[in-house]
Amino acid sequence: MKRSISVTVNGAKWTGDVEPRTLLVYLLRDTLGLTGTHVGCDTSSCGACTVLLNGQSVKSCTLLAVQADGADVTTIEGIGDAQHLHPMQTAFWEQHGLQCGYCTPGMIVSACDLLQRNPDPSEAEIREALSGNLCRCTGYQNIVKAVQHAAAAMRAPKMERERIGAPAD
Amino acid sequence: MAFTSMMGARVTRREDPRLITGRSTYVDDVKLAGTTYAAFARSPFAHAKIVRIDVSAAKASPGVLAVFTADDMQGVGDVPTAPQIEGLKIPKHPALARGRVAYAGEPVVAVVAETRAAARDAADLVEVEYEELPAVVDLERAAAGPPYVHDEFGTNIAFTMQINGGDAESAFKNAAVTVSERLLNQRLAPVSIEPRGMVAHWEPGPQHLTVWSSTQIPHLLRTQLALALGLPEHRIRTIAPEVGGAFGSKLDVYAEELVTAFASRALDRPVKYVETRSESFMSTVHGRDQIDFIEIAADSDGRITGLKVKILANLGAYHQLLTPAIPTLTALMVPGAYDIQNVSVTLHGLFTTEVPTDAYRGAGRPEATYLIERGLDLLAAKLGMDPAEVRRRNLIKKEQFPYASAVGLTYDSGDYHAALEKALQIAGYDALRKEQERGRSEGRLMGIGLSSYVEVCGMGPSSALPAPGWGSATVRMEPTGRVTVMTGASPHGQGEETTFAQMVSERLGVPIDDIVVLHGDSAVVQYGIGTFGSRSTAVDGAALYRALDTVCEKAMKIAAHQMEANVGDLEFKNGRIAVKGNPEKAMSIAEVAFAAFRGLNLPPDVEPGLEATRRFEPPNFVYPFGTHVCVVEIERSTGAVKVVKYVAVDDCGNVINPMIVEGQVHGGIAQGLAQALYEEIVYDENGQLTTGSLLQYAAPHANQLPMYELDRTVTPTDVNPMGIKGVGEAGTIGATPAVVNAVVDALAPFGIVNMDMPCKPERVWRVINGYDGKANGKAAKK
Ligand code: FES
Ligand code: FES
Repeated sequence: MKRSISVTVNGAKWTGDVEPRTLLVYLLRDTLGLTGTHVGCDTSSCGACTVLLNGQSVKSCTLLAVQADGADVTTIEGIGDAQHLHPMQTAFWEQHGLQCGYCTPGMIVSACDLLQRNPDPSEAEIREALSGNLCRCTGYQNIVKAVQHAAAAMRAPKMERERIGAPAD
Repeated sequence: MAFTSMMGARVTRREDPRLITGRSTYVDDVKLAGTTYAAFARSPFAHAKIVRIDVSAAKASPGVLAVFTADDMQGVGDVPTAPQIEGLKIPKHPALARGRVAYAGEPVVAVVAETRAAARDAADLVEVEYEELPAVVDLERAAAGPPYVHDEFGTNIAFTMQINGGDAESAFKNAAVTVSERLLNQRLAPVSIEPRGMVAHWEPGPQHLTVWSSTQIPHLLRTQLALALGLPEHRIRTIAPEVGGAFGSKLDVYAEELVTAFASRALDRPVKYVETRSESFMSTVHGRDQIDFIEIAADSDGRITGLKVKILANLGAYHQLLTPAIPTLTALMVPGAYDIQNVSVTLHGLFTTEVPTDAYRGAGRPEATYLIERGLDLLAAKLGMDPAEVRRRNLIKKEQFPYASAVGLTYDSGDYHAALEKALQIAGYDALRKEQERGRSEGRLMGIGLSSYVEVCGMGPSSALPAPGWGSATVRMEPTGRVTVMTGASPHGQGEETTFAQMVSERLGVPIDDIVVLHGDSAVVQYGIGTFGSRSTAVDGAALYRALDTVCEKAMKIAAHQMEANVGDLEFKNGRIAVKGNPEKAMSIAEVAFAAFRGLNLPPDVEPGLEATRRFEPPNFVYPFGTHVCVVEIERSTGAVKVVKYVAVDDCGNVINPMIVEGQVHGGIAQGLAQALYEEIVYDENGQLTTGSLLQYAAPHANQLPMYELDRTVTPTDVNPMGIKGVGEAGTIGATPAVVNAVVDALAPFGIVNMDMPCKPERVWRVINGYDGKANGKAAKK
């Protein structure tokens, strides 16, 4: 028995029927064609599938599509594209925070989630926050550096605003 | 950007924009109209006879298009294996098990259905009646006699290899000291985060098969598919799309690839198969898995006079593409970075009822380095000598290169002492030893571990490999002055789209944005051998270097003709070919490219077009080396090991892009360190995999790994024109013994001289608390 759900994905509303057992990640990948969200395991261990659900990071392989009914989903495609890179994407690029790139969308989404909660994380806090995401290529060193750089870049305008006495947002 | 800054520059990667935005295409992202999905029913037993297969329920399941067993695939060839080792026993290895199974997870029945879920549902309805046979999991027992994995051979020994150099027997007779140890190199899973996957698309109209595969070897896959399926090779196109890591595990032709391609032809539909992570653990090749016995003879000054090694290598149930070749690399590298004249190595490759082993990052060399680097520390402990000093006394000296090793290899170039001293200095070795001494008196368990490695890579001379080892490259100047490069390498994270573009930009003076590097498509790229064995830059990069030579020569000829000058009077600099001393009289490379395309006013002996394809046959392997220093701190109450400092000084010759080299070393160390501390594949006595998911298999997370301090020495090689050695595996090879040596050093107060990997808390705790030699806390006392 298919169920009708409606989800807003990267700002666009989608309404359609899904099988009750369909995982959110397959709705995104197979139905919506958003293949930037990857699948790396079947035990909720790797984080390659991480997306933001109502602003919070979740593993989209561990959620049924029907559970996302009414929710707002942001995938890597919604974080930024080549013309409008998010500072986190720029930092991963500049700090060589990726090699094969398979873990990268999930890493970037998780890292964005961290900076929302903690704009100035320590190295240990970054490592802890990313401990739900596996990367086999980088040894994590440049991922940590990328998150540190992104955090600095994202704090900078705000400090600048404070310096000139503009109201904080 | 001035082109002179391209070589050695930290150019950010050209592959990244598509990857960081989620706009790249991995194999599971390939979507063709009418795609069907394959799923496999796999053996639940390690070893069994297949009595009966009933596929009726699977066939009747909704959405199912076809069900295949070995009987349906009679005409299809075995899963291929390459090595030509004398006396090698090669068991039949059909893509779907025929009559018996030899490891848990072996594919037995394939189901193809309209959806992924329907295929999985139906595969679970397949009924197979098995008659269990005894599992073979203990290597030493497997070597000793029955039960056998393959009864037809009457032995589990697939091959034996003996290598002797000098006279080890007399060295041991005359030795002042000897040490010996049994060292375990546990089985590991490669765990690329992208699992294996493939899409096969047979088009009945043109009679053409296109296969997208997450592979390191698209062209070799094409040849093997042609041979196994009996299809003409020119009617097959193989594509390695974006590949999400491999580490050797995709340097193979797998049963599922044969079945998927076969099924697509049978159904005239595209067929996709992507393994789950659990399937990956039970059916993608594993790495390592040796029991090694090392004996060292030395004089009283700590100079090594003899080395005897016995290797028991677990090959698993069948030979995958390179399975038996991997431990032969161990055998050839046991003397490591040391000048040891008398060496004797015995290698037994053994069948077990486990997943085949094959290349995994380092592939045979980490085992060799572990052996000799643990051996050096055993010797140091026996002599009461500092491990750094024992290394100093035995490392091959700079003036001995090229160095002929006792087992028949020729190490190309090196300054091993320089790397050792630099690493010690960066780590602050003397101060660390003092701190350790102080700490010990306060009960702190601090350990310092060294590893001075050399490894063999840049695979390699065709004459020394079971497959071709040359590199290939095409450089094509387009009419508009842009450059298209086709490389025979098949990178999957190593960044050659960037480093090769740097090479081209440097030579042709073309901006890097005007260069594209294509790879991994048999319809686009000339035959390429692929990416493995740290070969891409050293071998395919050398072919690119040669192709650039040819393009430059031709460009000079055309420019000379057009400017009515002699080639000898021209110079090619910054993308311009100018008359020496008269820089006004010049043509840009783009102008030359257009002239070559237009075909007017060319020298009479010069064909139109500005393009070259070259191949490079390396005269030798290359031998990167270095020294790693690891410092650990062990928590006495829990046995937890914390890496507090990690210094790596590596030498991979000249470097194109230090940022990418550092990235390779970081990732390499992480995997080597993970073997030392975290990871192990475990089969129980029934041959059941007990570490079959990422919940049990401890691939490390960000919070389990330290920061690494890297530096380099630069000793170019003359094996290729750029003086470059490989760097993809060096970190892994160097790291494992450095970490274990540090752990054992920390445990020295307990009289410990060795412990088996992984040094996980439980095991370390057992050592600390005197439960060694029991359960899984094996550790040898002095
Ligand atoms: S796919 Fe691995 S956690 Fe979701
Ligand atoms: S970049 Fe390959 S898994 Fe992270």
